[in-house]
This record gives sequence, structure tokens and C-alpha cells, in this order.
Amino acid sequence: MAKMNMLQAINNALDIAMAADEGVLCFGEDVGEFGGVFRATSNLQQKYGKTRCFNTPLVEQGIIGFANGLAAQGSIPVAEIQFADYIFPAFDQIVNETAKFRYRSGNLFNVGGLTIRAPYGGGISGGHYHSQSPEAYFAHTPGLKVVVPRNPHQAKGLLLGSIRDQNPVLFFEPKRLYRASTGEVPESDYQLPLGEAEVIKEGDDITVLGWGAQMEVIERTVELAEKEGISCEVIDLRTILPWDVETVAESVLKTGRLVVTHEAPLTGGFAGEIAAAIQTRCFLYLESPIVRVTGLDTPFPLTLEKEYMPDHLKIFEAIKASIEF
Amino acid sequence: MTTTRSEVTYTPTFTDGDEFRLPTFKLLQQDGTLYDGAEAPDLDRDKALRIYRAMLFTRVLDERMMAAQRQGRLSFYMQCTGEEAAVIGSTAALDDADMIMAQYREQGALAYRGFTTDEFMNQLFGNEQDYGKGRQMPIHYGSAKLHYMTISSPLATQIPQAVGYAYGQKLAGEKHCTITYFGEGAASEGDFHAALNMATVHKVPVIFFCRNNGYAISTPTIEQFAADGVAPRAFGYKMQVIRVDGNDVLAVHEATRIARRMVVENNSPVLIEAMTYRLAAHSSSDDPSGYRSRKEEEAWREKDPILRMRHWLQDREWWSEDDEKALQESLRREVLETMKRAEKRQPPALETLVSDVYDVITPALAEQLEQLKAHIRKYPEAYPKSAGRGKGGA
Repeated sequence: MAKMNMLQAINNALDIAMAADEGVLCFGEDVGEFGGVFRATSNLQQKYGKTRCFNTPLVEQGIIGFANGLAAQGSIPVAEIQFADYIFPAFDQIVNETAKFRYRSGNLFNVGGLTIRAPYGGGISGGHYHSQSPEAYFAHTPGLKVVVPRNPHQAKGLLLGSIRDQNPVLFFEPKRLYRASTGEVPESDYQLPLGEAEVIKEGDDITVLGWGAQMEVIERTVELAEKEGISCEVIDLRTILPWDVETVAESVLKTGRLVVTHEAPLTGGFAGEIAAAIQTRCFLYLESPIVRVTGLDTPFPLTLEKEYMPDHLKIFEAIKASIEF
Repeated sequence: MTTTRSEVTYTPTFTDGDEFRLPTFKLLQQDGTLYDGAEAPDLDRDKALRIYRAMLFTRVLDERMMAAQRQGRLSFYMQCTGEEAAVIGSTAALDDADMIMAQYREQGALAYRGFTTDEFMNQLFGNEQDYGKGRQMPIHYGSAKLHYMTISSPLATQIPQAVGYAYGQKLAGEKHCTITYFGEGAASEGDFHAALNMATVHKVPVIFFCRNNGYAISTPTIEQFAADGVAPRAFGYKMQVIRVDGNDVLAVHEATRIARRMVVENNSPVLIEAMTYRLAAHSSSDDPSGYRSRKEEEAWREKDPILRMRHWLQDREWWSEDDEKALQESLRREVLETMKRAEKRQPPALETLVSDVYDVITPALAEQLEQLKAHIRKYPEAYPKSAGRGKGGA
């Protein structure tokens, strides 16, 4: 075990993946010698050479188009989009190409080796274009997997799992936690499963569900709630698509209550999908309506970021309202 | 750090690059003889006849399938008519294991590589033997064994993918390249520019083959770009470029043969702009009489690439009128008979609706399939393709 922050854990995962398989390539804007604007690819070019870790021109649709072709050829590309806010020029390549490659060819061809990494989320004074959480756009696209880690240990295991998964994966990294989140991480090569939620803490009164950076916020909320005598079951969804409805439903059948929280706006956010699926499965067991605690239906703000964010106090109030319903 | 090797000037001089006029490479005249001063290309009899048969097959296939579409037997079709020399002449200059990433009008490349009439028909009718499992519209062919990437409708997406594919070939140490085909309209998409830039920056063994056929559906080239065609864009990316008469199979083959050597031996990507004409409509859903004259079409019919090659073959006594008649008849018969068999085949099994979304069927998809099967059992007459079938049926 070693103490690592999330960036070090991600860098370590990439290092292990590149050492284990010559087919693994890391590329994107500034990821070469410089090691990425957040340093996630530090020393990889120095270690594995310019043909396996390199800068690309500043063109997201080109990066993902190139990555699709590489994956179709049999390589294992790990493409970085510098901020999730800038993934949209590549939306066509991801939604129309990456996601449909296997299906449309009847499995003659696939881009299962592809992983797209992108830092996402707010809390860093990033304003409109360095703060967004675009997971719901991609969750609406069959053929993709969408993964979001909550801490360094999870980041390393889930990233290695994503790189080796036989399907294309979008790996959204909570950049607010890049350096803020530290923890013990095994130095060995290990993978965590995709498509499986994790019950982080068992409880009886209410289920609180989130992913990525929201898990830290949920942790603070639960401390407040437990002081009031409310027993919370906490679940990290980890994979947004395909998501683990069984684990969530099982928990809600027990607690009868569910709060879902994400930073992205309310309308069309992934919490809506979870609420719909869980009410179908758990209707007669629900003690109160499923509650969503999310960002507002606005572009991501700057000066009033704190007001926008679904913080621990907003989640705490939602928990109390659900209990008292 | 800049790559600009620019001299200094003290007077403000602007240029639109018009001094870089690109010539068009031609070898073969319409009567089948070479232009004065043109050198006979390196093309033996067997290969020439392989090319010609693929061109004629493509023409016959297109005529027959367009007619089938008009009869309501086929939902949709797209013809290669007029562009056979551009597509087949270039593919023939490659190694058969080089990768092809095409747009959608390149069925001739597949025909040249040996895609069977049956394989064409299974895709066109989306039956249970279609490699694509009936998931895409007609003409979206693909073949792993013939190194032909499955077609997708979005334009130009294949161009940066070809750069990535070729980069992988280079890393693997293969002596192979990738060719990507696209029209002059698709070259307006951002993916085209992204791809050319990345190809020269990363020195990738890829050939960009632009079929400049005059029209993007109804939009003529004069409303597509102000420049002299697509070729001059290569200068901006420091890419090797050649413009070729796309109806001249010998010139197309020769240009592509040399281009292949450049990309495979030097990792120096090449852009080829083939000047040709889409003699047919954009697709079976289009009617060109609304946007171009019959006179213009007639002028291009005079430059028919298949006729031009036949004249050359006959001139060399590699082909005769009797050969022509026999091949045309046998191709028509084969296409017709194969079509009749393919259209009677069963549609793909219901399970193929949910397979291949991921490498395995997810629990959510399995659940959706079971719900669908139960529904079809309740209303079998509403779903005749799936109801009552044994394996895979409801």
C-alpha cells in the first residue's frame, strides 16, 4: 500500500496498463512530455516513448476519431479530453461511431479497447466551461459504458477495469478531488468491476445514492443525519451505464426511502432515470417520494457556485423531509 | 519552436494561393489510346481484367438493384455509376490486405476484393445471413476478411478513424496502409481537416482519396468551396497531393500505386483528388432533374470510365465484343438469381435486436427482450417477422 492522491492513482493505473500491454497508448492535448494539464500522464512519454504517449493537435473530434480507428485496428487507446466540457466537438464520434461500432457491423469490428478519460465537475471556480458533469448525455447512448470513481483506490481499480473492458468506456474523473482526495492504494495491478454499485455504509432508514465527487458530500451529510438519529445506507453507483439497478432496488426495498444526488442539472439528469426505475421496482415499499438533490437548471455559474451546488446541507434537508414525509 | 520558415517582408503582401494551380494527371483517352507523351502503366493482363470485371459487375449490380428498388423490392439504394474507375482503379493499386475505410459509394472496391454477389444481396435485404444482422440500411456493407470497414452513414467520420487505424498499422510494424474514401462534400466536415492535420503531424501511412463527383446531393462544387477543388488544402497540412482524372482507370491506378509506396515506405500521407462525375442520382430517394441539366449529364456519359477502359482492353486484344456480351449476360443472370434467393431468406432472429450492443447482453437488455417476446406472443399478427419463429422467435 502507498498513500496516493487521485492523480497519482490514475497515473499509476496508466503506468501499469502501459507496462502490462504494449498495445496501450495514451494521447490527447498536452499529455506528452508535459504530462497533461493536471499531470495525470506524467512521465509516461519518458518511460514508454513518443509513439505510445504523445500530444495531439487541439481537435477533440480528431482525437476521438483517431482513437476509434486505433481501437478498431486492435490497439488499446486511452484518449484524454482535457475537460469534460470540451468533449462536445467529439460527440458525433462518440455517439454515432464509438457506441455503435460493434452493433452496426454485426460484431465484425469493435472499438472495445477504447477508454476516454475526462476531468469533470465543479467546485473549482471553473465557471461554465470547466465545471460541467455531462454523464447523462452519454448515459442515453447504448453501447457506451460510463464510469465515475470517488477516491484514489477506486480510481485506480476502475480505470484499469475500464482499459481492459471489452467495451468502450467514458471515464469521468472528479477533478475537484484530484489532489484533495488521498488514501491508501495498493501498488499492485488490480481491477474493480464495472456495472456494479458499492454499498459503502449500511443503514436502515434511508438510502442515499451518488457517484464521483458527490460521495464526499454525502459522507459529510451522513454525519449530520446520524447525529439526528437517522440511519443512512450509502451507495456509490460507480458505473452510470449500464447501471446496477439490483443493488439500489435491494437497498430501497429495505429502507423504503431514496435520495439521489448529482451536480448536473435536475431536468434530464441521471437521477431521473434512477427514480423512474426504482419506483417501478419498489412502489409498494416506498415510504416517501424519491428525492433528487442536484444542480439547478442553469448553466454552471461562477460567483454563485456555492449556491448552485447540491451540498451537504441541501442533501441533509432532503433526507429530513423524506423521513418526515 | 515555430515551423514557419518565413522570410521577412517590409511591404504588406496578401495572397490567396492562386499561384499554386494543380494539374490533372491523365493517361488514357476516351478512345482507348494513351495521350501523346503518356507512358504505359505497369498493369498486367490478369490484373487489368480483374479490374474490368469488377467495374462491369458494379455497373450491372447498380442497374439491377436500382430497378429492384423502383419495384419496391428494396427499401433504398445508392449507385457508384460513373465513379467505377476512381474507386476500383485505386483499390486495385493497393495490397488486398490494406484497410479500406469508405464512405458509402464504394461497392466497387468490395467487388474487386471478392465480396460475393450473395454477400452483397444478404446485406441489401438485411436477411439472417447479413453480416450486419439487418441493422443498417442497404449499401452499409462490411467485411473483416476483405479488410473493408463497415460503412456508417455519418459523413467524414471515417477519415480521422483511418488515421488512427493506420497509426496502429505503423506501430504494429505492418507493411500495410489504410485508404479512406470520401466525397468533395464530406471534405467540408471538420473531421476531414482534423484527420489531414493529424496524419502529417504523426506521419501516418494513410491515403485520403477524394471522389470529387461534382455534387453533394444537389449542391454543386461551386457552392461547396471557393477554392480550386479539394486538393490545394493539402498544402496547408504539408501533405503530398495529386489530382487525377477519376474516369481514367490507368491514371487512377498509377497515382495510387505510387502513393501507396510513399505512405508505406516513408509514412508520408497522401491526398488524391479524383475528378469524376456522379452519373446517377445521389440515392434512390433523389431526383437530379431538379438541379442539373440533361445536357450536362450527357456530356459526362461521353466520358464513361467503363467504356474507356474497354476500348483500351480491346485495343490491346485482351478483350473482345464476344467477351463483353458473355460477361454482361452472365453477370445479369447471376445478380438476378442471387437476388431472388436472398430476398426469400428469413429476417435476423429477434435476439439480434439486443446482441452486440455490448460484448455480452446486459441484464437490462435481457429483461427488455423478454418483455418484448411476451408482447409479440400477445399480438403475433402485428410482428410477422418475429412471431412464431422457433429459434430466436417469440
